[in-house]
Amino acid sequence: MSIERSGAEILVESLVAKGVEFVFGYPGGAVLPIYDALFGENRIRHILVRHEAGAAHAAEGYARATGKPGVVLVTSGPGATNAVTGIADAFMDSIPMVVITGQVPTGLIGTDAFQEADTVGITRHCTKHNYLVKDASELAAIVDEAFHIATAGRPGPVVIDIPKDVQISLAHWTGRAPQRRTRYAPQTSAPATDIAEAVAMIAAAERPIFYTGGGIINAGPMASRLLRELQVLTGAPVTSTLMGLGAFPAADPAWLGMLGMHGTYEANMAMNKADLIIALGARFDDRVTGRLDAFAPYSRKIHVDIDRASINKTVRVDLPIIGDCAIVLEQMIATWLAAGHGKANLANWYEQIAGWRARNSLAYPDRGAEIMPQKAIERLYALTRDRDPVISTEVGQHQMWAAQYFHFDSPNKWLTSGGLGTMGYGLPAAIGAQAGLPDALVIDIAGDASIQMNIQELGTATQYRLPVKVFVLNNEWMGMVRQWQELTYESRYSNSYSDSLPDFVKLAEAYGWKGIRITSMDDLDAGIQAMIDHPGPVFVDCLVVKEANCYPMIPSGAAHTDMILYGDEVAGTMDDAAKALV
Amino acid sequence: MNTETAEAQERHVLTITVDNEAGILAKIAGLFTARGYNIDSLTVADITDNHEVSRITIVTHGPPSIIDQIRAQLERLVPVHKVVDLTELGPYIERELALIKVAGTGNFRVEALRVADIFRAKVVDTTTSSFVFELTGSPDKIDTFVALMKELGLVEVGRTGVVGMVRGNQAA
Repeated sequence: MSIERSGAEILVESLVAKGVEFVFGYPGGAVLPIYDALFGENRIRHILVRHEAGAAHAAEGYARATGKPGVVLVTSGPGATNAVTGIADAFMDSIPMVVITGQVPTGLIGTDAFQEADTVGITRHCTKHNYLVKDASELAAIVDEAFHIATAGRPGPVVIDIPKDVQISLAHWTGRAPQRRTRYAPQTSAPATDIAEAVAMIAAAERPIFYTGGGIINAGPMASRLLRELQVLTGAPVTSTLMGLGAFPAADPAWLGMLGMHGTYEANMAMNKADLIIALGARFDDRVTGRLDAFAPYSRKIHVDIDRASINKTVRVDLPIIGDCAIVLEQMIATWLAAGHGKANLANWYEQIAGWRARNSLAYPDRGAEIMPQKAIERLYALTRDRDPVISTEVGQHQMWAAQYFHFDSPNKWLTSGGLGTMGYGLPAAIGAQAGLPDALVIDIAGDASIQMNIQELGTATQYRLPVKVFVLNNEWMGMVRQWQELTYESRYSNSYSDSLPDFVKLAEAYGWKGIRITSMDDLDAGIQAMIDHPGPVFVDCLVVKEANCYPMIPSGAAHTDMILYGDEVAGTMDDAAKALV
Repeated sequence: MNTETAEAQERHVLTITVDNEAGILAKIAGLFTARGYNIDSLTVADITDNHEVSRITIVTHGPPSIIDQIRAQLERLVPVHKVVDLTELGPYIERELALIKVAGTGNFRVEALRVADIFRAKVVDTTTSSFVFELTGSPDKIDTFVALMKELGLVEVGRTGVVGMVRGNQAA
């Protein structure tokens, strides 16, 4: 039976049909009909953020922690443009997200109307796809396809821009899911010949290494299980990108830690000396490869990725395999077993790795009663690990320290802005994750500068009684900026000092949070414990050693073998070519 | 990218069939701009009775690794049905249409008409002191014709850009 419903009502029904539990949003003129349709709607919970950037990041955090697509609802013009950073962030990090934006009425489009922005134009290159809905009768099919596109293949954000008149106008609603358009069908499994070749290459390798990325996480928890299975069969050691942390358990002896600019010495040296790199859902990002012409010079490379455009983009590989990581891993395991391969003797390889490990690249000096930021993360990990917490971060030194010293044994526990590097991501992401996982311990590890970029979201956590924890490593600097100025600009600290910091404890209390300040090693553990024990949201302002820097480090544009370890001499200048690198 | 200096530049003709939806041309042209790829020419028109599918022909140049990336980047766009690299695929034809206005009198005028005849250009407009020629052919042929007309009073040139198609009885 077909009945007439408004575009706004059809939208809400379509979202319900897609299993949407949460919408992160902020109302405004051009979405009022949708907000009216949401009024009293108890099948969908709307989380009112304090700024649209917070809505997008919260949806990202929700998606990353739960594996379900995040949904955002914002108004036209500034509502949409404020959300763009989060959309671009989700695009870079392959986070499934559907963003619904209001638009001025169809007749006013193109007239510079109040709160008009060309949302489809602005988001064209930071979305997987976007729509301007011209007719309410198209809405149900568009929503259906948008969720398919956001979640299938390499996930990403999809924007649906809906003019206000389309929200109001009536269209037939059948109550059934519309017939799906099938124009988007990415390849998910690989040809058997490619798999056989990959397996033969792995079996023959003397120094193999798995280099895994966010693609394993995106392929679902099954992919992480299969990775462990294949690792056991082959015996090869595992390193991961920032986005892939948690896919392989950090407690496993085959785990080398993160690779890349702030990766461990053993991970980077193993990549450099390997004779076979098996890249799984990773994209050879510049933060991983360092100097391209010196990257992994002795290895053949297998690259498994669902996005063909990620293959041979920067690094030429010997065997490209297009497919979903979980499916390809399953194919590899079956082929490995069928071929009767045993575990290769990798004793020499592990011995070499043990030598690099012995350099203890994550060592850092002890400063007595003063809190080294690395120590703070180590203690936070030690005191929370039995709760299997979800960790989000902002961007900067604290993010790298969290990646280095907080260890993950399962996927979907690590929410961070990797590709775009968005300061202000962590607090809203934690809020989104907490909404989706009400019983989890969710902690945003933050820096004193980053946390201020979306600090207004403290109010969101308060309103929805989300017991999010914020753990700020406060060194009164934009630490990573200062570190680079130290390394490349002879310590001319141009605008990197965090002047006029607020009293974070008072600020948190003003928002109804519990505030805790930790000033010395003597109260570090007690402070962390008090944070864990408090049932509501807690803001911890942890004062750490101000001048600590993040090591090890491969300077931008250098090779993996040119790592700076903590105790190394650090030069204070760079030539112009090096300065031009980011 | 450092591969660009190492590898030789190649000219490629790509045909792209796409859903004929608003913004698709901006999406494709913008992809080339955003990633620093070259567009030497671009043509687009819808090719089905119901106006649902358009065919875009792009002439680009770059090292083979970049040409491969261009194709991969285009293929992952949702409204893109198919990308065919005619240069890669094998024998194909490419044609371009040009309108060329030439002004002059006396011998110049006679010579322009004679050259046009050799190139099988059609006169589509004339005054006592000018011609507009219509010429169809490969970009090379048009380049040559335009170069000759420069000596004979060339006033204005309009070109459509290339459309291409694979030879033989099959669709690409």
